[in-house]
Amino acid sequence: MRVVVDLSRCQGYAQCAFLAPDAFRMHGEEALMYDPNPDDSQRDQVLRAAAACPIQAILVEQLEGPAMTVEARRS
Amino acid sequence: MTSRVEALQTFKRDGRIVIVGASLAGLRAAESLRDEGFTGSLTMIGDETAEPYDRPPLSKQVLTGWVPATGTTLPRRRDVDAQWLLGTPATGLDLADNVVRLADGREVPFDRMLISTGVRARPWPVAAEAALTGVFVVRTREDAEGLQQAIAAGPKRVLIIGAGFTGSEIASICRERDIAVTVAELGSGPLVGALGAMIGEIAADMQLANGVDLRCGVKVTQLEGDAQGRFRRAHFSDGSTVDADVAVVALGGIRNTEWLRDSGLAIGPWGVACDSGCRAFDLNGLVTDDIFVAGDVARCPHPIYEYRFISLEHWANAVEQAEIAAHNMVNLQADRWPHLAIPTFWSIQFGVNIKSVGVPTFADEVIVAQGSVSEHRFVAAYGYKGRVTAAVTFNNAKWLDHYRKLIEAAAPFPPAQPTPDQPADAKPMPVDFPGPLLLSQDATVVVTGHDPSERRVTAVRP
Ligand SMILES: Cc1cc2nc3c(=O)[nH]c(=O)nc-3n(C[C@H](O)[C@H](O)[C@H](O)COP(=O)(O)OP(=O)(O)OC[C@H]3O[C@@H](n4cnc5c(N)ncnc54)[C@H](O)[C@@H]3O)c2cc1C
Ligand code: SF4
Repeated sequence: MRVVVDLSRCQGYAQCAFLAPDAFRMHGEEALMYDPNPDDSQRDQVLRAAAACPIQAILVEQLEGPAMTVEARRS
Repeated sequence: MTSRVEALQTFKRDGRIVIVGASLAGLRAAESLRDEGFTGSLTMIGDETAEPYDRPPLSKQVLTGWVPATGTTLPRRRDVDAQWLLGTPATGLDLADNVVRLADGREVPFDRMLISTGVRARPWPVAAEAALTGVFVVRTREDAEGLQQAIAAGPKRVLIIGAGFTGSEIASICRERDIAVTVAELGSGPLVGALGAMIGEIAADMQLANGVDLRCGVKVTQLEGDAQGRFRRAHFSDGSTVDADVAVVALGGIRNTEWLRDSGLAIGPWGVACDSGCRAFDLNGLVTDDIFVAGDVARCPHPIYEYRFISLEHWANAVEQAEIAAHNMVNLQADRWPHLAIPTFWSIQFGVNIKSVGVPTFADEVIVAQGSVSEHRFVAAYGYKGRVTAAVTFNNAKWLDHYRKLIEAAAPFPPAQPTPDQPADAKPMPVDFPGPLLLSQDATVVVTGHDPSERRVTAVRP
């Protein structure tokens, strides 16, 4: 699953690291490092972390499956 | 209905929008266009073959080895129902006929278009030296993948050329992985170009404390290879040398505007100039109607900074500007929004969360406003002609929003300390926020409102 955190708004409260420790980790006192592609088995944890973030800085993929028909010219 | 309203509705229903540059700004703009009710045809043109992916992890989680370089694909907020032409660089823009020309000879017509072609890494200036095995830049996921493999192979030493944010982050990760690092910086310290000499000194202390061989005020003059074409040694302007097997060229970016050379738009090394509503300027400085710009490639005047044109290479700016551009592409002039967000930036290095708000280079004074420099937990406030224009926090991000409000309100510098004598880890307290009339005499404008739809500039007349 795809995840991105708006780290310019993240305040380092660490709720996410508490709820989904495999995907979100604190680095030093308040810097957040996260896995932008956590395994689907972590889906529930990650969704709970996203819901708990006090500033809603965590965006989780809203779609399932490939949503685009890509015409790639180069290989 | 007036004819203008009718024309807009027809355009929103059946119009053609082309976005050139399919990365962060391009993707977020496409999503916002659909959110705004645009149901016409949308074409995304990108020269990279991958779906839009996120770059900040490339110099952080990817290099630590935690996350694979291919694992940073951006989450989609919604389906954008676009035609994606990836691996297909745009090579020209014809404003007489409103078509984008592609490298493969095709032409894509449009009614409105967005330019979001970003920047690329500035390469090492000597091509033969740049081509040595072991010499890297970091902008794309392929770059990061190559560098991650080189770091994982356990090099004897990594040389980093340029101690800006990216170079410093990479130095930090090498030290975390216990790899010897030399950082060469022409300026007086790391981050000096972006944050000034005071922060530069603190950043230098951090690097030294973490065992970086930091060399400031020197220039790398030559990258030397062995007979197999592998990088082995770097020569410096002071006559010294360093033996290393990996060199990371972190000398900033070049804006991707070459494809617009004959377009008649106002382009240059600083990017594509646009108004605060993201409409591009032409060569004469006249604003165009149908060409919009967002993200790292945009250069836009900011009222808070004396209407000077500012180019930013900040993640949040790319997102916010893309949303403003998208809104304005499908609205009439009277309903357009200005891009007034105060710039924000973050970097993670040596275990410290560094953040900034405002434009630190737009300042004539700086003070440590809160906290303790020696503990690397503080806020530095920047001022220009007696008003607050920026703030930088080290492990003190909770204060950033407070300083953003001071900047928007043109609050006097030096700022009043929000928590005198309190330890820096005290809980944030509500701050008494002065209204525009109490503010600095020199300011001419303040920003009010929170949502993009409400944000406006108000003139201050003392
Ligand atoms: C290693 C690294 C670390 C970073 N860390 C941070 C950070 O910690 N904090 C922060 O705030 N910001 C950070 N940034 C900056 C942030 O990633 C950028 O601000 C953001 O990517 C800008 O998005 P953009 O869409 O405007 O441009 P880009 O991401 O540069 O995308 C532009 C796209 O357009 C494509 N393109 C270019 N020319 C053409 C053409 N002629 N035709 C078709 N397509 C074209 C490019 O290939 C690219 O895919 C970092 C950047 C890098 C590289
Ligand atoms: S919960 Fe939100 S604010 Fe807190 S660390 Fe996680 S992302 Fe940042």
